[in-house]
Amino acid sequence: MQHQSHPAAAFEREHLVVIGNGMAGCRAIEELIARDASRYRVTIFGAEPHVNYNRIMLSPVLAGEKSFDEIVINDRRWYAANGIELVTSDPVLAIDRAARTVTARSGRMVGYDRLLIATGSDPFIIPVPGKDLPGVITFRDMADVDHMLAAAGKGGDAVVIGGGLLGLEAAHGLTLRGMKVTVIHLMPTLMERQLDEAAGWLLKSALEARGQTILTQANTAEIVGTDAVEGVRLKDGTLIPASLVVMAVGIRPCTALARDAGLAVGRGIQVDDHMVTSDPSILAVGECVEHDGNVYGLVAPLWDMCRALADGLTDSHSGYRGSVTSTKLKVAGLDVFSAGDFSGTDGAEDIVLRDASRGIYKRVVVKDDRIVGAVLYGDTGDSGWYFDLLKRGEDIGAIRDMLIFGQAFASGGGVADPKAAVAALSDTAELCGCNGVSKGQVVACIEAGAHSLDAVRAGCKASASCGSCTGIVETLLATTLGDAVEAGPRTMCNCTSFGHDDVRREIVAQQMCSIPEVMQKLHWATPDGCSSCRPALNYYLLCALPGDYVDDQQSRFVNERMHANIQKDGTYSVVPRMWGGLTNPRELRAIADVVEKYDAPMVKVTGGQRLDIFGIKKEDLPAVWADLNAAGMVSGHAYGKSLRTVKTCVGSEWCRFGTQDSTGLGVKIERMTWGSWMPHKFKIAVSGCPRNCAEATIKDFGVVCVDSGYELSVGGNGGIKVRATDFLCKVATEVEAMHYCAAFIQLYREEARYLERTAPWIERVGVEYIRARIADDAEGRDALAARFHFAQQFLQDDPWAARAAGAEREQHAPMARFTPHDATKEMA
Amino acid sequence: MTGEWLDIGWADEIPVRGSRTVQVEGGDDIAVFRTGDGRVFALADRCPHKGGRLSQGIVHGGAVACPLHNWRIALATGEALGQDKGCTPVIPVKLSGGRVLICRASTMQAAA
Ligand SMILES: Cc1cc2nc3c(=O)[nH]c(=O)nc-3n(C[C@H](O)[C@H](O)[C@H](O)COP(=O)(O)OP(=O)(O)OC[C@H]3O[C@@H](n4cnc5c(N)ncnc54)[C@H](O)[C@@H]3O)c2cc1C
Ligand code: SF4
Ligand code: FES
Repeated sequence: MQHQSHPAAAFEREHLVVIGNGMAGCRAIEELIARDASRYRVTIFGAEPHVNYNRIMLSPVLAGEKSFDEIVINDRRWYAANGIELVTSDPVLAIDRAARTVTARSGRMVGYDRLLIATGSDPFIIPVPGKDLPGVITFRDMADVDHMLAAAGKGGDAVVIGGGLLGLEAAHGLTLRGMKVTVIHLMPTLMERQLDEAAGWLLKSALEARGQTILTQANTAEIVGTDAVEGVRLKDGTLIPASLVVMAVGIRPCTALARDAGLAVGRGIQVDDHMVTSDPSILAVGECVEHDGNVYGLVAPLWDMCRALADGLTDSHSGYRGSVTSTKLKVAGLDVFSAGDFSGTDGAEDIVLRDASRGIYKRVVVKDDRIVGAVLYGDTGDSGWYFDLLKRGEDIGAIRDMLIFGQAFASGGGVADPKAAVAALSDTAELCGCNGVSKGQVVACIEAGAHSLDAVRAGCKASASCGSCTGIVETLLATTLGDAVEAGPRTMCNCTSFGHDDVRREIVAQQMCSIPEVMQKLHWATPDGCSSCRPALNYYLLCALPGDYVDDQQSRFVNERMHANIQKDGTYSVVPRMWGGLTNPRELRAIADVVEKYDAPMVKVTGGQRLDIFGIKKEDLPAVWADLNAAGMVSGHAYGKSLRTVKTCVGSEWCRFGTQDSTGLGVKIERMTWGSWMPHKFKIAVSGCPRNCAEATIKDFGVVCVDSGYELSVGGNGGIKVRATDFLCKVATEVEAMHYCAAFIQLYREEARYLERTAPWIERVGVEYIRARIADDAEGRDALAARFHFAQQFLQDDPWAARAAGAEREQHAPMARFTPHDATKEMA
Repeated sequence: MTGEWLDIGWADEIPVRGSRTVQVEGGDDIAVFRTGDGRVFALADRCPHKGGRLSQGIVHGGAVACPLHNWRIALATGEALGQDKGCTPVIPVKLSGGRVLICRASTMQAAA
């Protein structure tokens, strides 16, 4: 059946045909009618059976917060009142530009004078096996929502693939509808395009608290099922059961129709500033277009486009100039906002506010005194204000110091001076929420002699927990004491106001288990820390949570990441372990072979009685390790903040002075302690008699064997400032010597600051303290040793073996190679 | 003949807050970095101080700390930050459909 539009009407008014009855298509017509209601006769084709509805409200419909009727934007009366002919459930299949007609699936053909394409986007389907099974759907239109509601009615498990805006809204809705939901996200943090890592982490914690399972860095391998979906299998083999799978991994402009008609199409249908395509009588608007190289996936830019389009259609001339977009998540109770560029590069500076007790994270990125980006989590009340400042490029120099506190604070003239603000607080005002300490109590504590932040923390507990009131306490110290304030221990780095000890204490007290969590709860001032704090935090977490903490490779110094020592020319040196300094022909041969095979220019005996092979190229490291492993050798950890070597002398077995088997004990101690990560490098030595040939009294832990037993001493080093050990105690047996050694190492692991060797640590805490903990407190000693042995279960595996077998292979291979030969030829 | 941009691989082959290298025959390697929020940058893999391999440094915010003496280099401009003065050549990068493209002409220069 063919239907030709009414010729008489066409004669009077130009016929504007719209393909797509969505948000942009209808909005364009609304804008047009507002300017000139009589200029065009309008026909709209829609693929869906519905009138124009608010697509962004599909999430609340899924969540049960709204009904479909409540999200209709224009009902049938609107179409009728404006003389618009609406064709539903009938997608347009072809455009004939020469004849100026469009043909729909039903065969209906209409002619146009102007054509407007507003076909929106197609959801992206990842091409995995099983993607076409019944029960695998996308989240795009009302039909999808109906499908999800039907599935949820039966209960069971759902998997949402994609942890972006759409995926999380789908997951939320399905959770509220009673399904058990797992979100699979490829990237390390949720909504990584909009949020930074800190905000992503907060979001993940909040969603998990609502009962969802969130798997990040999870890659979908296949969707399994025979007649309908039964589950999703990840690349690592995990199988997650599911009776419903929602794919929300992204969208693509829907351009097939335009492309078939021969219009210029890039990522989207290309349009000029008035939304005109490469054919002057065809316009396009919405998510299907590409303007100035950009495509958009949010509604705000569409409104700008629709205005420009209507202006063009009614001969007025302001054009579209592109849009800055912002994002909000519509998941009830979770306030998330993000806008602009917050990657913090190009001379931009971050202003970060973290308020852990209230679950708030704010980050404003400022460049040349203008806001270029903002991320708000937990309190988005000021999002409109920041977004406005951002879009207008307003100079914020004058309010910069107050900016992060929001509009009320920044523009409230009177309280602009933080000192005045604190002075204005009443004595009963509670400063420290965690410990319930009032301003009056803090002042009293200061007046009673607490002249530093630490003393206040010790005296009245203010700022001793989450630390969010640290700034106020410092201000109070300054106003109460003037210059008499004593500087506390240095902070860990410029990213935080906490010192190392505070951070360690809080990690344990608040049971924190990841770097972003520490940064959030302790109010880090930078988005992802720096090269000082990240390795320290990684170590503290590793030490606090043996077996559970997942090591963050990117927070390790290159030597530990590469399991070899970087040298000044960029090559590496490799030291295999030689237990107690012993070796044999097989090991020596393997080392000699490696030296030849990989052209190592030098081999050297180290100060710790090991062999160091120099000049290995990064890409050869895995093969070198494999060869050494094959000869039974493991990493000597000569690169790490870890146990390095146990130096020995020959002892009673050969030496005429030897009193005990120092070599044997050294081997046993090394077998017990190797692999252990420490605050700094750690060396041990065992000498067979007081002649001390192994130089045990300048080691972190030294044993000197005597006739009656073993003298233990600690805290020595032969570094810049040579320090001889302090005597710890004397024990009678090898077993005791090893037990004390384990306890001492664990005390050092748990209490020293990162990058503090045993010598300065012992000078700081006093050797009496160490004796009290190791020599005098039998119960404490046993507990320390037990914790050490527990941690060692997880630490004693050779990092070389995994790497040689191909783990993190990409760290060693270049991503690509560029050979400029062809290029040179071209240039010649 | 290829175009203006060299396709060097998927962005997600670069560890987050880490880097990979591109080997350039007869020249310095190029270090390709990925930041915490997924932006990608490329620099000659040579610290302006004493030539340290920037690809082996710790990436934080928009900077990398050189593994040899801890200078901080801005990824976007190649400039040393803070007290230090010096600059590493920047290779323009763009992302397209998840692929990383680096500027061919700058790569050639790096090789020269
Ligand atoms: C669940 C969900 C939540 C969202 N939440 C937000 C949010 O909070 N904030 C935000 O800014 N944006 C949000 N968005 C995005 C927003 O909905 C889109 O940016 C907007 O709808 C795009 O408008 P459009 O007109 O270009 O496309 P659409 O609204 O998708 O309209 C296109 C219409 O064209 C029809 N069509 C396609 N091809 C043909 C054809 N050949 N013939 C006839 N008709 C055709 C389609 O069926 C569709 O109805 C959300 C999207 C979804 C799906
Ligand atoms: S320390 Fe004593 S036992 Fe050991 S080699 Fe020297 S002299 Fe001999
Ligand atoms: S070589 Fe980079 S800091 Fe010295």
